[in-house]
Amino acid sequence: MLKTPPSPLEAAPAPANGRDPQLHQLADLADWRAALTAADQPNQPAITVCGGTGCRVYGSERVCQALQRELAARGDGRPVRVTGCHGFCERGPLVVLHPQRLMYTRVKPEDAAEIAAATVDGGRVLDRLLYTEPQSGARLPYETEVPFYKHQHRLVLDLNGTLDPLSLADYVAAGGYAALAKALALTPAAVIAEVKASGLRGRGGAGFPTGQKWDLCRRQPGDVKYVICNADEGDPGAYMDRSIMEGNPHRVLEGMLIGAYAIGARRGFVYIRNEYPLAVKHLRAAIAQAEARGLLGENILGSGFDFRVSVRLGSGAFVCGEETALMASIEGRVGEPRPRPPYPAEAGLWGKPTNINNVKSWAAVPLILANGADWYAQLGTPTSKGTLIFSVVGKINNTGLVEVPLGISLRRLIFDIGGGIPGGKAFKAAQIGGPSGGCIPAEHLDTSIDYESLTALGAIVGSGGLVVADEDTCMVDFARYFMQFTQEESCGKCVPCRVGTQAMLATLERICAGHGQPGDVDYLLELGEMIKRSSLCGLGQTAPNPVLSTLRYFRAEYDAHILHKRCPAKVCKGLITYAIQPERCSGCQVCLRNCPAGAIHGAKQQIHTIDPAVCTRCGLCQSVCKFDAVTVN
Amino acid sequence: MSVNAPPRPKPETEHPSGDPRFKLIDRTLKRLQHRQDSLIEVLHTAQEAFGYLDDDVLIYAAQQLKLPLSWVYGVATFYHFFSLKPGGEHTCIVCLGTACYVKKSGEILAALEKEFGIKPGQTTADKKLSLAQARCVGSCGLAPVVVIDGGVHGREMANETVARVRAALAHVAAPAAGEPAA
Ligand SMILES: Cc1cc2nc3c(=O)[nH]c(=O)nc-3n(C[C@H](O)[C@H](O)[C@H](O)COP(=O)(O)O)c2cc1C
Ligand code: SF4
Ligand code: FES
Repeated sequence: MLKTPPSPLEAAPAPANGRDPQLHQLADLADWRAALTAADQPNQPAITVCGGTGCRVYGSERVCQALQRELAARGDGRPVRVTGCHGFCERGPLVVLHPQRLMYTRVKPEDAAEIAAATVDGGRVLDRLLYTEPQSGARLPYETEVPFYKHQHRLVLDLNGTLDPLSLADYVAAGGYAALAKALALTPAAVIAEVKASGLRGRGGAGFPTGQKWDLCRRQPGDVKYVICNADEGDPGAYMDRSIMEGNPHRVLEGMLIGAYAIGARRGFVYIRNEYPLAVKHLRAAIAQAEARGLLGENILGSGFDFRVSVRLGSGAFVCGEETALMASIEGRVGEPRPRPPYPAEAGLWGKPTNINNVKSWAAVPLILANGADWYAQLGTPTSKGTLIFSVVGKINNTGLVEVPLGISLRRLIFDIGGGIPGGKAFKAAQIGGPSGGCIPAEHLDTSIDYESLTALGAIVGSGGLVVADEDTCMVDFARYFMQFTQEESCGKCVPCRVGTQAMLATLERICAGHGQPGDVDYLLELGEMIKRSSLCGLGQTAPNPVLSTLRYFRAEYDAHILHKRCPAKVCKGLITYAIQPERCSGCQVCLRNCPAGAIHGAKQQIHTIDPAVCTRCGLCQSVCKFDAVTVN
Repeated sequence: MSVNAPPRPKPETEHPSGDPRFKLIDRTLKRLQHRQDSLIEVLHTAQEAFGYLDDDVLIYAAQQLKLPLSWVYGVATFYHFFSLKPGGEHTCIVCLGTACYVKKSGEILAALEKEFGIKPGQTTADKKLSLAQARCVGSCGLAPVVVIDGGVHGREMANETVARVRAALAHVAAPAAGEPAA
């Protein structure tokens, strides 16, 4: 009988086995890589199963086990492994057969036998599992031809779909830690010069030039310095950082190692959201492997450079993504921001010079060192170099994780890669930068995505969260949503943010409830500007942005709510009523049975009615009616 | 120790109650050398062991780290992750992150509130169910998302979630974690 292989996702990190060598000097790393790649035939067949959060929920783990069983039964030795997120979450679970990169979508464990029999044994492609292009109906077998991937430029995410995230050997075989070796052979100043020349800017929100930040920290006196990886990913609706840490944790560590060497830090912290258990696990495993091999610890690769990394868990506070609050939290205190200056580079963690970067910034560093600053700077615009990673979610066909060069237009991102808006609905706006950002309406779809252009439109590049709103999204409610978020997350240390966000929220709630008054808009504008100018930290300084930007582009929707007591998108409960259209109602009683408020009356086979006085406007009747008889006004 | 002091029931634990879960806290304290900046790590361990942080645990952490209780209490109440009240036997978390919100997770929450008569952060009187909301569980590609007893369910509809929670409460096998729609 076949033994069930251990769950690939829950498997414990591979213990340092005898075959993985200790790396005492630069040459040992190169030798190990040579040995690993010599054993590997190029273009050797392999199967990868996406282990991203989405695919996992839909059973990719069981798909992997089923495929392993099928192949084992055939004595087929090709590796079948779970990787990090492939990005195309919409079509998961994804299975990719290498080297051709044949991609099967929405694979179920029951499909494993057929995949093994037809594709592995017979070399036949299973049409029914291929990606189908919605417009043409064409079935596209190869990952590289699918528009979602074709228009991307995957640099940081390139290995996410091929590596076993729990294998250091996989990463080293793919060229991992070669950038560290290169950096250790350079002077710290030369490493910083390279990062400066690449034009890399911080991917955590503010877009500060990374090389310059490192330089500031390096020039500080003292021998105790720290580096921090900001993996708090607070933007609700974004999961890029999570996917990088889950799919390729060693790349983040390698970036931190290079940065620490350049700055002169011997200790690093990764501050990671508690909500991301798998990312925590993979990162901890990667740290343990790197320590066991000698890539972390003392005298790394014989260079005399010492570095250790620890993981610190976030505890659910958005403001802790702000750098000074984050450092307070690492010190075990309440995560309240403090005024800057002094900047972390001068006085950070425990008062020592500290350099803090986002996960994506750290993960870009090994690529820059390995391939050269010029290579990286080829991509992008004159002031915004390289690639950005977005999680594209909301009302969009191809929900997922994408990496594109800076300077790409929003239209390409949303329509060519994202596949447009589902259900033939109209695009209304894209919110970029989460609760600190702003929205970009349809008339600016051709804007180039770069730091300057987005700021000019009242949005920000932010950390990479992009939420698409369609015609059914009420922009006033959208703004209220973000204001509620920031109001709840305000730490309360300073008055403009604590009291100001409450006042803005109360006004927005009133407008959505149908009690808006003339003058409300002016009040929101005035209050918003005041909060932006006078708040202590970035949270307060950016909290009014979603309101100000929706006011800028969707003023008419505010007016409809306030002056005409109408919600054009039919979302705000105080301004809508549900009704049953008699000519469509079949009297099936489905809505009546589902209505949680008991607001629907009508006998079987009789036309039903909704009592507006009892109706709570939950919308359940509309979603359960099979005859589209429930309408909103 | 005074002669009249009651014998400690389990001398291996530092906490007088003898509750073995305090040993887990002791282990974290030892690993982090009782450093005051390890408070948050200690509270994480405590919450994991006890499910919530009751007064006894907070006092113990304060004593062990030689921190004022007000400081410990301040930290425990600042972070959303820490809970000072015990939760129910089952938990249902509705994600209200942006991706889920635009896909109407608010309606799922409303249906659950209605069905079970509790608001997020509350537990039913019979201590069976706690309802909670999340900021984003990082599965935005599956929006709207709910997490029932640790299991993530994506692309949910309000009535499906209510059925799932009822099933969890009744200890019957819940409908399989969402299979992809055709
Ligand atoms: C309220 C608030 C929340 C933030 N959240 C995050 C976050 O989740 N992740 C992040 O990398 N940066 C976040 N930042 C930005 C950090 O303060 C800091 O600028 C960033 O980590 C620097 O890294 P970078 O230079 O690589 O962008 C936040 C800032 C503010 C004001
Ligand atoms: S701006 Fe808001 S979050 Fe920032 S310190 Fe002030 S109150 Fe706290
Ligand atoms: S917004 Fe719900 S999982 Fe991210």
